[in-house]
Amino acid sequence: MIELRDVSCRIGAKQILSGLSLRVDAGERLVLLGRSGSGKTTALKMINGLIMPTEGTVLVEGKPTTEWNLVRLRRRIGYVIQEAGLFPHFTVAQNVGLVPRLEGWEPAKIESRVAELLAMMDLPPQEFLHRYPRELSGGQRQRVGVARALAADQPLLLLDEPFGALDPVTRHEIQQQFLRVCEQLGKTAIFVTHDAREALLIATRIAVLRQGRLESMERPAEFMNARGEEAEAFRASLG
Amino acid sequence: MTPSSEILELTLEHVTMVLIAVAIATTFGVSLGIALTRRAGLRRWVLGFAGIMQTVPSLALFGFLIPIPFIGGIGKRTAIVALVLYALLPVLRNTLTGILGVDPAVRESALAMGMTERQILWEVELPLASRTILAGIRVATVTTIGTATIAAAIGGGGLGVFIFRGLASVDSAQILAGAIPAACMALLAEGGLGWLERKLSPV
Repeated sequence: MIELRDVSCRIGAKQILSGLSLRVDAGERLVLLGRSGSGKTTALKMINGLIMPTEGTVLVEGKPTTEWNLVRLRRRIGYVIQEAGLFPHFTVAQNVGLVPRLEGWEPAKIESRVAELLAMMDLPPQEFLHRYPRELSGGQRQRVGVARALAADQPLLLLDEPFGALDPVTRHEIQQQFLRVCEQLGKTAIFVTHDAREALLIATRIAVLRQGRLESMERPAEFMNARGEEAEAFRASLG
Repeated sequence: MTPSSEILELTLEHVTMVLIAVAIATTFGVSLGIALTRRAGLRRWVLGFAGIMQTVPSLALFGFLIPIPFIGGIGKRTAIVALVLYALLPVLRNTLTGILGVDPAVRESALAMGMTERQILWEVELPLASRTILAGIRVATVTTIGTATIAAAIGGGGLGVFIFRGLASVDSAQILAGAIPAACMALLAEGGLGWLERKLSPV
């Protein structure tokens, strides 16, 4: 579904990614694990064309991002970031219903879709539809963010440390819920984190990035024996 | 003409002049501001020019415009041109500040949702910047009400007519007949637009 072929990215004089190649098949959840500055966020943003590679090719559904109409491409990809990036001047209903509206859905269909998604994320619709993001807790905001990314039934989700700012208990709950929803809907997801525990929980495969290069790519079970000093460092962080 | 009907007539003239000038400055300032958010290189030059216009003493600016063909001469048109030049900077600067002040994460997520540049402008940037832009319009309006009293010096009419007449005849009653309505108008504009600002913005 997604393929990065020998992708490099330089921003100014800084080499962010060097020769990164990886493949993600439909239904997989690939976690990009790395420290700050390892290039994981850049790799993620290459997939929805927020950043273009300086060398190499990023293929989405077999087509290079340089050939996609970026608006069309992005409407097929859900995107969740830390603090959710919700629009502060939109209600929860407007935030979640955004992509369906851009796609020209009927208002009645958008309304029922929004209610369905909020319920799926354990946010009772009557209570949350008309609230603004500032009236929500951090965990609720992230749930709305996930609901928004699922709204138009996008087949692919990109998540950039989405649960990083939450307290441990809320984080754990929302991780479980995210996993359940992903499996239930058969979503493909690429998930960026610097938390090895989160990676082991979410991933079907874990790619460890170090200074813009792919160090290892393993299933969670094999991650515990993966070679490479960065993988080892992340294992040590598990305590 | 009775004094009270003259006050009314000149007040009306003053208001009209201010409204036209602020409307032109807003249209021009907001569109120019939007264009400049997309062109960082030009920003310095345009803001510099608008800044310089503000430093020119108003009486001198009105005078400078008189000999210029088409926009200059004696009368209302020249006065309005001068007022627009003054009102431009606050509107322009606040449009820039407002739009550039939108949280980059919000802008990025709008882009990542597949919004077009036009949709991002109308549905995200302008609504989030509306309070700041309106504050610029408020400042422009209040200063224009004051500056417009000088328009009388080049035959532009308005409440300045009383003030200049009063200065010439050393008649403080005449000066007050011009100054008091102008001050009231400024207070009203300040209060009304301030109220709109608080009311309009959801965040």
